[in-house]
Amino acid sequence: MDTGPVVVVGAGQAALEATAALRAGGHTEPITLVGAETVPPYARPPLSKGFLTGRVGTDELWLRPESFFARQDVTSVLGDPVVEIDRDADRVRLASGEWIGYGTLILATGSSPRRLSVPGAGLEGVVALRSLSDAEELRCALREAGDLLVVGGGFIGLEVASVARGLGLRVTVVEAGPRLMGRSVGGTLSAHLAALHRAGGTRVLLERELVALRGERGRVQVAELNDGTRLAADVVVVGIGALPNTALAAQAGLTTGNGVVVDRWLRTSGRNVYAIGDCARFPTPHAARPVRLESVQNASDQARCVAAGLTGNRRPYTSVPWFWTEQCGVRVQMAGLTLPHDRAVVSGSAAEGRFTVFRFRDGRLVGAESVNRSADHMITRRLLADGAAGPAPDEVARPGFDIRRHLSRTG
Amino acid sequence: MAKITYKHPDGTETVVEVAAPNTVMRGAKLNNVEGIVAQCGGSAQCGTCHVYIDEGNRLPLPEMHEAEDDVLYGTASERRPTSRLSCQLPVSEDIDGLVVHLPPTQT
Repeated sequence: MDTGPVVVVGAGQAALEATAALRAGGHTEPITLVGAETVPPYARPPLSKGFLTGRVGTDELWLRPESFFARQDVTSVLGDPVVEIDRDADRVRLASGEWIGYGTLILATGSSPRRLSVPGAGLEGVVALRSLSDAEELRCALREAGDLLVVGGGFIGLEVASVARGLGLRVTVVEAGPRLMGRSVGGTLSAHLAALHRAGGTRVLLERELVALRGERGRVQVAELNDGTRLAADVVVVGIGALPNTALAAQAGLTTGNGVVVDRWLRTSGRNVYAIGDCARFPTPHAARPVRLESVQNASDQARCVAAGLTGNRRPYTSVPWFWTEQCGVRVQMAGLTLPHDRAVVSGSAAEGRFTVFRFRDGRLVGAESVNRSADHMITRRLLADGAAGPAPDEVARPGFDIRRHLSRTG
Repeated sequence: MAKITYKHPDGTETVVEVAAPNTVMRGAKLNNVEGIVAQCGGSAQCGTCHVYIDEGNRLPLPEMHEAEDDVLYGTASERRPTSRLSCQLPVSEDIDGLVVHLPPTQT
């Protein structure tokens, strides 16, 4: 396929994987990767986990060695973001004013953390974790802090809470909803995680909202909640979700709406313009409606899907979504998109800390949430990928159920 | 330092020197060896750094722990008796000369 020069907007996981997959697939046209950050592409998952304790060093974050760009003949422009797409002339303008022409444009602009809107949100010590520099700031702050407040009981907030307890801080998690990770997992797993965090000494406050942060000399000290509670806080981590970076696409007249809208082949409404990763909203056989997902799996698989299409192996994007998190020393893995579902069956033992919640819609397996049960997770992923029927709810409910028996039925 | 050979499905191979502390997965990344995806970055969560240890291997490899064994149940390419997650194989002089085969697909 004649793609012309490829320009990738963004320099995160999706952007990097797209360039690597293009070259690995034999693509020989010029490729330029343009990012806003001054550092080369890095892995974000460790930023809320091992990076904060120092177990994972900065050197371990880089997705490729320095030599990658020269060896693969990829031009990287870092610290000089794309500020305009001129679709009539098939070119993009950088902040520095330079124009770069493209034959194919791949938008991998990512997402940005939702910001707090309460008084005091701008105080020093209030961190929304997204970038390497955010993580470096937080790592320093945690070393000197005594009291951490986590706003939002989602993936990032809970991972940071877990790390901070390990470092000996007093930790409070404030979540506006009735349970932890409420948008991502079911009630059984929410309750299990809340119990683990509480057993570890973290205060978990549900259905409570932050109304103000107060500080002295510009630095946060106290948080006020809507029930009047006042909490000491020398560091506040804001983990209340992320918004897709769609401004460039919208300004260029591409269809947007909770993300850059793409079709099954990850094509935007614009000619020769694709969108992948956190910023893209796409149809999937795993959900009734188009979705937008923030995960490494999604970034990496979408990147490879677009690259395959551009190197003569066009196929729709159908990958099984999966997620993982590490909190309180347990491995939590989620396969499939399980909302809505009409039946949940638990296999294993929550009391022993090893279980999987299998979820069904119309009697059919649509996903699983596993705690320290990776085989359940992996086999569920495989069954969903193969479109296999998988176990029936009643079968899972029987004592001694072992999903490994379903392995032989898969490809 | 250890010499690691990555054999690609098309029959070609890449031979690299990898310094400790690193893993066989990281050795591939650091040396631009494609064919290992490693979506989870080395946490034994994703099963996309799957390799087959060469049949003739006599070098001492760490025993497989439960999480690795569990994850290998769901790899995209078939699991064989020689299957390992390369993120769980630390590089040391003990494995100098290791030969691993990359599977046809990781995802």
